[in-house]
Amino acid sequence: MAIDVATVRKVASLSRLRETDERLESLAGELNGILGWIEQLNEVDVSAAEPMTSAVEVAAPLRDDVVTDGNKVADVVSNAPKTVDGFFVVPKVVE
Amino acid sequence: MSDLTRLTLKGAIEGLKSKQFSSAELTEAFIGAIEAGNPKINAYVLTTFDKARAQAAESDRRIAAGEARALEGAPLGIKDLYVTKGVRTTACSNILGNFIPPYESTVTQNLWDDGAVMLGKLNMDEFAMGSSNETSCWGPVVNPWKAQDSDVNLTPGGSSGGSAAAVAADLCLAATASDTGGSIRQPAAFTGTVGIKPTYGRASRYGMVAFASSLDQAGPITRTVEDSAILLQSMCSHDPKDSTSLNIDLPDFASFVGKSVKGLRIGIPDEYRLEGIPSEIDALWEQGIKWLEDAGAEIVRISLPHTKYALPTYYIVAPAEASSNLARYDGMRFGHRAEAASGLTDTYELSRSEGFGKEVKRRIMIGTYVLSAGFYDAYYVKALKVRRRIAEDFTNAFNACDVILTPATPSSAFALGDTAKAADPVQMYLNDVFTVTTNLAGLPGMSVPAGLDSKGLPLGLQVIGKALDEGTVLSIASVLEQAAGFSHKPAKWW
Repeated sequence: MAIDVATVRKVASLSRLRETDERLESLAGELNGILGWIEQLNEVDVSAAEPMTSAVEVAAPLRDDVVTDGNKVADVVSNAPKTVDGFFVVPKVVE
Repeated sequence: MSDLTRLTLKGAIEGLKSKQFSSAELTEAFIGAIEAGNPKINAYVLTTFDKARAQAAESDRRIAAGEARALEGAPLGIKDLYVTKGVRTTACSNILGNFIPPYESTVTQNLWDDGAVMLGKLNMDEFAMGSSNETSCWGPVVNPWKAQDSDVNLTPGGSSGGSAAAVAADLCLAATASDTGGSIRQPAAFTGTVGIKPTYGRASRYGMVAFASSLDQAGPITRTVEDSAILLQSMCSHDPKDSTSLNIDLPDFASFVGKSVKGLRIGIPDEYRLEGIPSEIDALWEQGIKWLEDAGAEIVRISLPHTKYALPTYYIVAPAEASSNLARYDGMRFGHRAEAASGLTDTYELSRSEGFGKEVKRRIMIGTYVLSAGFYDAYYVKALKVRRRIAEDFTNAFNACDVILTPATPSSAFALGDTAKAADPVQMYLNDVFTVTTNLAGLPGMSVPAGLDSKGLPLGLQVIGKALDEGTVLSIASVLEQAAGFSHKPAKWW
């Protein structure tokens, strides 16, 4: 499954990354190298294997549905690039 | 006491308790060492000396009052992956810029609750993605070790290169680190230090900047096996704020150090004999086997048939999780926002492209690709199934043995700016060939310095244990430590 520059461009866009045409070109080579190396997984018979999604087999713990924290507006926005009156200021979304 | 900075963590805690020296004196000794050495080694990306002096004063007050806690007055370095309240935390990425956390990670909170002193934040590969520390936005750490008759700067390994270099160069007593594919054990092996990654779930991931959540685990880098046991004890805890944190009692890790290993069965996996690795690595492995035999352990040949598939599996699973975890860096709520952008998508794309480094972007894109429509089953689900096979290999092997002995790395420390590894990412990824299997299976793994190669550089052996059996790992590691008698230190050039 060789990746061409158009595919890399699409993947970059899905990743919300912008790369120059020159870099997309070299990325295509790098990703093909890595994915080619990964292809060896096709040798493994996994027909009876269940996907392993967690490193330890434990049920997700539940807790009481109560407020444990809050009223920290100043903390929440303390690292924001732009804020006004405790709100995040973001680029215009609706034209 | 001639040089306080060369003490072990254990020795320092005892010296403080018996009032041979104060935490203020010990802390000043490290501050002096850091001011002199860090400009050349670049292990610390931020020093917190005012905080250290205040903590040391409080420790001295407690010691005088007879209220000393487990790590009272011990100066430590903290990997910049751990969120520290009010102290800049960047994971060595420009996208976190000048992030000042309003909260504390559980692991570091445990250390402060036990009386430890923070000297500063330690360098690492950006978001822990790297094996040479060269992806850090603060520039690489330089290994305190140099090859004989050579002035070439070597890598301390990665991602916890700052932690390993700081411990090796006596810039802290011990350090926190983290391990997703080998990021504690490979740097420990490259610097003649000790490092352990405990069983997945032993330590809380709350407040550790996330890379690949099903693989990330906290652990210490120290000078001795006993020091690792002491620091690990403090770092581990059950934490309701991390849903994968295990709610089980912690054993007394230090009690396993120095325990007899007589009758224990040591598994030697055939699949770890790789073509093309230096014969010195094989020879060291044989030496390790001999040491354990001499200590009364029984050597058993085992098979871990899916070993060769571990790295390719990791390079699907880890980037997939990373691409999802790193989606939070969007320039809106914290971190870098591109000023020149116009509109929402433009801001996202420019902020991320400016903020992330080359290797991080590459891994985000691999992750996005293997999770994308049409490839999800062929790559991601396939990798999760192979991961199951790798974990089953260990379950089967542990029917025949109690613990596994392998080399820690396929080479000793290599040069910074290695062009072959820079040109081919897969060459760099192969550094983790012996360590990555335990992350996939969630098992404890420890690296112990066991000898020097012909260039005079340290080499490590790795001990892999059953889930939750860090105790046996520590017992075996301390036998290796005793037998190797590794007391080499790098010749001081910094």
